[in-house]
Order: sequence, then C-alpha cells, then structure tokens
Amino acid sequence: MITAGVDVGAKTVKIVVLRDREVVATAKDLSGFDQAKVASELLAQALEKANVTQGDLAGICSTGAGRKIVSEATHSVTEVSAGAKGSLFINPDVRTVIDVGAEEGRAIRCTEKGKVEDFAVNEKCAAGSGAFTESMARALEVDVAELGKLSLGSDASVPMNAQCAVFAESEVVSLLHAETPKQDISKAIHDAIASRITSMARRIGLNKEVLVIGGVALNVGFIRSLNEAIEMDVIVADDPEFVNALGAALIAAERAN
Amino acid sequence: MAKEFWRWKEYNWHDENRDWREGKIVTSGVDVGSVSSQAVIMVDGELYAFSNMRTGSNSPDSAHNAMNWALEDTGMTLDDFNFVVGTGYGRVNVPFADKAITEIACHARGGNYMYGPTVRTILDMGGQDCKAILCDERGKVTNFLMNDKCAAGTGRGMEVFADLLGVSIEDVGDLSFDVEEEPPPVSSTCVVFAKSEAASLLREGWSQSKVLAAYCSAMAHRVFTLLERVGVQKDFAITGGIGKNSGVVKRLEQELGLTALTAKHDTQIAGALGAALFGKALVEKGKGRKK
Repeated sequence: MITAGVDVGAKTVKIVVLRDREVVATAKDLSGFDQAKVASELLAQALEKANVTQGDLAGICSTGAGRKIVSEATHSVTEVSAGAKGSLFINPDVRTVIDVGAEEGRAIRCTEKGKVEDFAVNEKCAAGSGAFTESMARALEVDVAELGKLSLGSDASVPMNAQCAVFAESEVVSLLHAETPKQDISKAIHDAIASRITSMARRIGLNKEVLVIGGVALNVGFIRSLNEAIEMDVIVADDPEFVNALGAALIAAERAN
Repeated sequence: MAKEFWRWKEYNWHDENRDWREGKIVTSGVDVGSVSSQAVIMVDGELYAFSNMRTGSNSPDSAHNAMNWALEDTGMTLDDFNFVVGTGYGRVNVPFADKAITEIACHARGGNYMYGPTVRTILDMGGQDCKAILCDERGKVTNFLMNDKCAAGTGRGMEVFADLLGVSIEDVGDLSFDVEEEPPPVSSTCVVFAKSEAASLLREGWSQSKVLAAYCSAMAHRVFTLLERVGVQKDFAITGGIGKNSGVVKRLEQELGLTALTAKHDTQIAGALGAALFGKALVEKGKGRKK
C-alpha cells in the first residue's frame, strides 16, 4: 500500500511517500506565498521520485498549520497526532516528543501504545520557536546554520534578560557593543530558547525517551542547551523536519485499512 | 544608509521667560528607559527645562547626555541642583543622582502633575514595557499591573512596524485613519508573527494605512486587556511615547468608552517629571544638598 503525508508548515512544506510502511520518497520546499500551489507541485515531485502516480495512492493525509489548504488530501490530522505517530514509528521507546518548528513549539506525552496523553503548544510567542533563533542570527550577522555550531565553542553562561524575540534582538546588539564574544552570545541565545521549551515541556512532564523533531532539532547548539536544561540526553530524530509528514503518511495508511 | 523610520524626534526645551536663579529649590529627574531617556529640571515645582532622547548602549552615558542637553543654554550646572532623582530601567546607573525611585511611582507622581489631581488611572506605554497604574488624588500608587516580557503593546513593537511599512513613526497615527472602513485587528499577538502577518496582508493588496489601522487596533486591544485586569477608574490618562500616537489612543478610548485626558507637556517626560517632584518633596523634608 502506498500513502503520502503532506506537512504544510509556517515556513516549509514537507512530503513523505510510504510504501508498506517504508519511506520511498521525501520532498521539501519553502511554503512561499501560495501554499496550496507549493504543496501540489511538491506532491507531484515526490510521487515522481517514488515512481508512482496519484491514482496509486491509498490515501493522502495532510497536517501542519496549513493542512486545510491541501486539496489532494483525503484526511487531515493535527501536528500533535502526526508528531506522536511519526515519533513512535522511529523509536517505540519514546514517551515525550519535543517538536520545535519555525513558528510553533510543542511537547507531546504519549503512552507505549502511541496514544497521546497530554500536550502543550506555544503558537503565540516567537520566543519558543525557530523564528527566535532566526532573528537572533540576523542580529549577530551569522548564518542560522552557523549559529548552533558557534555556541558549541562556549562554556560561558551569559544570562539573557529578555524573553521576547524583539527585546532579545536589542539585547544581542548591546552584548555585541559590550564586546561579548559571539560564541558566548550564541550560547546565551540557545540557553534562552531551551529554557522556554523546557518550561513548556515540564508542564506535561518529561519522561524518557525524549525525541526532538522539527527543523530546530537540526541546530546542535539548541540540542546541547536543551540537554543541559532538562538534565537528560534527548534523541534527535534523523531528518527531524520530516517526522510529522511521516506520521501523517502512517495515519493515511491506517485509515485506508 | 536606508532611512530609519522608527526614529522619533529628539529635542530639548527650556523656559526662556524665567530666571532659574530666582528659584529656591532646583531639582532634576532623570528617566533612563530602555528605549528613551529624559532629563527634567524643575524650579520650585514648576517645569523649567527638559530633554528627550534615544537611550544609548550604556546607561550612565545616556543619563549624562540627557542631562547635558537639558542644561544647554540655561547657564545651570550639575552643582546648582538641590536634588537629583534617577528613575526608569537604568535608574541605578545615573551617576549624579542622589536617589533612585521606581518609574511606576514616578509616572503616577508625574501624571498627577501633568493631568491634575483627578487622574486615577495612568497607562504608561513605554519603549519596552507597558504599565497600568492606579493612583490617588496625590499621585500615590494604589495598584499596578505591568507587561515587561513581551513587545506586543510597547513602543518598540510600534517602531518595528514603522520600519516594516516604511512610515515615519510620528505619522503612524494619522495614516492609520486614512481607511474607508476599520479592518479587523492583526490576529497575531507576537510582534515577530504580526510582522509576517502584515507582510501577507500587504501582498493581498491591503494599503499601508489599512495595515497600520489593523496593527494600531491590535495594540489598543492588547493594552485594553491589561487595563481591564487592573480595573480602570476615571479620570484616565496615557503617558509614554505611544501617548502621542493617535492611532492607538483613539482606538483604545473607543474600546474603553473613556476619553483620555490631554496634557500640554510631552507624554514621554512624565517619569522624569515625577522624579523631579519627588526630589523637591525630599528637599522640603530637609534632605539633599545645601547650596
């Protein structure tokens, strides 16, 4: 059986095509201005890569902030359901999923059977999302991909007073003026976002194993600060930004049965 | 260099019709905020001079700069003060201050002077925070609520929008009424997300004015909720920079069903004014420097 999961996020669209619970193709692109068009074109690309046509699919499940605009979708699920499903598929020992995307942060607690027991979401404030590290990278004038690596070179703990991304940007500029080394500022930035995510995750309780998904999971600086903040070692999913699309494709397969 | 639309006018003023040397008590209040700094000079409890400028990267320098600018052309020097009070975010870093007093107390005291003793609720909309302050007829704080965690509902948030839309911050209010119909407010609370939302609204063909209207009304609603929690009492007044933005003020008045009192002074100097008044009261109690 072949299914597809389409995750329309705030910043990027991700697609996973599954054949008998095995990933046969993935695709990713910026959401852009016309998310519906991007999702359709990307789906066509992914199907071509998988060497199948839309008619071969038993179901298409959409998820993400823009899940309603995917006209090809036969089903649609929340990011919480998709994230839990995808995470447990990757590692059945996962009990807590931390999902940090471009404009949202999520913590999900699930049972060994993959049932969602509780979750917390922040979609109101940029401070606990990828938008935070992006605007800090701009203030520091470094590439966002470099920001994480930069902070690994620091053991300093420079406190950030500001929580708000707008205020933190001014604070970063002040720290630069005070000639604080960039790597120390970068560490402070990751400590700040890790602390926001941790306090959200603690509200639902943190149980081992903890899997981190979403695009921000690729940021090594964030993962290091997160490990320190929650005082345990998290597992970072391979291709973390595709986990929700994977979960959606798995759900499409279950519902087709 | 590209135009910086957020830049508001920095200026100083002094009363040319008065000779401060004839006064008995000369005090100053210096408000070093996170975004702007003011120095106010009072002679016998009357406003004599002030400056209003951008805070730099260092609080003591900002305090000195604001003070030197207020003193400009007055013939007065730091040694002529009986008392100097520091207030605001950087109040402990005013090197020449005799005492530091919180900006909440100072805004209530300054608001009482600026708007008269009938004022009971003062909304201070500052650069990086927003405070809803309740006070009595003497300008003494009876209760307050503050947001200093989030840029939504602060001057900094408005500056970010002025820059995004390429509109001078001082024109935001007037432009925001240049719409045929009041649009729904911007739905994102967070300034970072509101910026993305505004960008998509512009792409949908919204005019600059319509986006500004939507943002001003979102900001008005944001501070309305703070006022509602503290419990607004008449009379009501707004201090701080946003007090000069009619786009937010008028929409907030409408939501509150109350008209804000207007002052003849710049709303940004309320904190420094209150600080200078506290200085005078302390001198009258026998504190301060002998001249």
